[in-house]
Amino acid sequence: MLAYIIRRILYAFPILLGVNLLLFALFFYVSTPDDMAEQILGEKRVTPEQIENWKREHGYHFPKWYNADEERLAARFTQTLFWQKMVPSFYFHFGKSDMDNSSIGRTMLGRIPYSLYLTVPVFLAAIMIGLFLAMIVAFYRATYVDVWALVICVTMMSISTLFYIIGGQYIFAIKLKLVPVSGFDEAVPYCFKFLVLPVAIAVIASIGGNVRYYRTIFLEEINKDYIRTARAKGLGEGAVLFKHALKNAMIPILTNVVVSIPFLITGSLLLENFFGIPGLGNYTIKAITDQDFAVIRAMVYLGSVLYVVALVCVDISYTFVDPRVRLE
Amino acid sequence: MKEAFAIVWNNWYFQDALVVALVAAVGWIIRRLGRREYWRLAFRQVFQRRLVRICFATLCVYAAIALLDSLGYHPALRDAEGAVQRDPTTGKVIRDEEGLTVLDLVLTPLRRIKEKTYSAPLATHQFTKEMMAGEDGETVYAHPRLTYPRRHLLGTDKVGNDVLYLSLKGIRTGMIIGAFTTLIVIPFAIFFGVVAGYFGKLVDDAIQYVYTVLASIPSILLIAAFMLLFGRGLPQLCIIMGITSWTGLCRVLRGETLKLREAEYVQAAEAMGVSRAGIMARHIVPNLMHIVLITAVLSFSGRVLAEAVLSYIGIGVGADTISWGVMINDARLELAHDPLIWWKLSAAFIFMVGLVLPANLFGDALRDALDPRLRTE
Repeated sequence: MLAYIIRRILYAFPILLGVNLLLFALFFYVSTPDDMAEQILGEKRVTPEQIENWKREHGYHFPKWYNADEERLAARFTQTLFWQKMVPSFYFHFGKSDMDNSSIGRTMLGRIPYSLYLTVPVFLAAIMIGLFLAMIVAFYRATYVDVWALVICVTMMSISTLFYIIGGQYIFAIKLKLVPVSGFDEAVPYCFKFLVLPVAIAVIASIGGNVRYYRTIFLEEINKDYIRTARAKGLGEGAVLFKHALKNAMIPILTNVVVSIPFLITGSLLLENFFGIPGLGNYTIKAITDQDFAVIRAMVYLGSVLYVVALVCVDISYTFVDPRVRLE
Repeated sequence: MKEAFAIVWNNWYFQDALVVALVAAVGWIIRRLGRREYWRLAFRQVFQRRLVRICFATLCVYAAIALLDSLGYHPALRDAEGAVQRDPTTGKVIRDEEGLTVLDLVLTPLRRIKEKTYSAPLATHQFTKEMMAGEDGETVYAHPRLTYPRRHLLGTDKVGNDVLYLSLKGIRTGMIIGAFTTLIVIPFAIFFGVVAGYFGKLVDDAIQYVYTVLASIPSILLIAAFMLLFGRGLPQLCIIMGITSWTGLCRVLRGETLKLREAEYVQAAEAMGVSRAGIMARHIVPNLMHIVLITAVLSFSGRVLAEAVLSYIGIGVGADTISWGVMINDARLELAHDPLIWWKLSAAFIFMVGLVLPANLFGDALRDALDPRLRTE
């Protein structure tokens, strides 16, 4: 068991190295630091000296892999772009922003709580409501309730999140003035009035897809032998569904849920932007508009780390939840 | 090199050739599939329900409009008298670089009726007031009469373009991102998935490694990085959406190939000395096509929705491309207006739902018919 867990964790490192190499290729080969400097300084009338200065200021002046100018052997490898820009991200040193020289790591740490304020309630509410509705739909399977519930789900899925946000914000914040349009306050009683609308919108926007997905899983479980046995023993449909099927359906649902945990931390780009919540999602959007390459690089890497960690967690939790999973 | 590429890419005749080739390829595949009993039965089952037939018809209408909008030409520029303009030194005809599409030609009545600025659907007067000469010669502050009153079914936007025309033009962008991307991606996914599953060992490890790395990057962040480096635009968006989306299909196909490799008919083919390439092409790939088709249709709608979000964040198609995402983005400012300017947002909404909803329903019907494992009750 322990050996499996350790091996699974070790397997994550080549993946992260791959992500790092891919990012390096994207940001330093496909588009070189010179291109970046040109883009940031303005495309026209940029002298080579200005570019050189910008690169020196932001630490992009090293060669890519091997620095022949250095005397010490170690320095020949460390005084390079890859070592300076990519390797520190392994231990979460993301360096400085290309725009205002602020420390990316510190900014991220400061912003993560704001993202969590928004995403954790959404995450919990979406799962609970989704599961609950899906079980009701599964209970009434192959009836008109089921058919219409599916039609409603698909319709809700077909509407872009943008419309939920724009519509919700317009009706409840601008027209009815029930909640503030945007902004955020950390203090406990005040934060609710800022959070209630974005949370509600996010839950509603995700409900169609969730219910439909959970329903499929329930229906797959319902056709299995142990359910027939439970019915044969004389259990009511409610007990069969809510006790037996739910427990086993949790296994595939678990994957879906754990894999979405990284997004709790990286935040929701759209919601944070629309409602002015200063989390990581907003940070990403700001980096996109500012063309802050260092921040984007850091965000991509952070997102992948979280995702890889989540996948490891899924695999490990499987061994606890599902005794059938073999440890190979 | 970028410039040279742009010149070729932006040439309509090049794109026309591409479109014709694509349509021919799709037609050929459909003909091939139509010859097989399994597919004919499946499609007969799919089209039994009236709702599915309606959905399919809607999708066909959208596809037809997108196709008409993808066939273009460069008309000769004409001066005020209607004479063809020529280059004074070479005598060559000067052609419009932007070009026109067949759809533009069909919609000429819509394209030509430009107003000055906003007007509500079917309005007779402009939405905003301005200073103008009144009936008795005085200057009054009022809503001026439109140049083309009651002609704008969905109103006009800020620069006076007909919103119906914009929405129709947005179809092409949506369809390209939804369908064209899929068409580019599928061959790669099939190739790598089948090769990984069939050969196993080192090849499998290498391919698995590549797609695990790609899949572990949250796609929206990778798209943001890519679009930031290459600038906004439709081709870039298609490429990066392709890069982020082949991994899922590849993984599924690899898993299926692992199963099929052990199937008796594949072993029989091996025993009879059929080459590996032959087995993969003739025995494995055809038996994966139902998964490919289901994934293609189901991921289509996701991509159309994603385009809107990406354009909104500022990493989608550029503001000069007509798309629903850009229309929604514009609408954000219009919503702050009082009275409300609702028609552009509503138009984008209706056109998007009109494409995504049938695609979703059709995809579900296909899955029910083609994938017996997922069929319920």
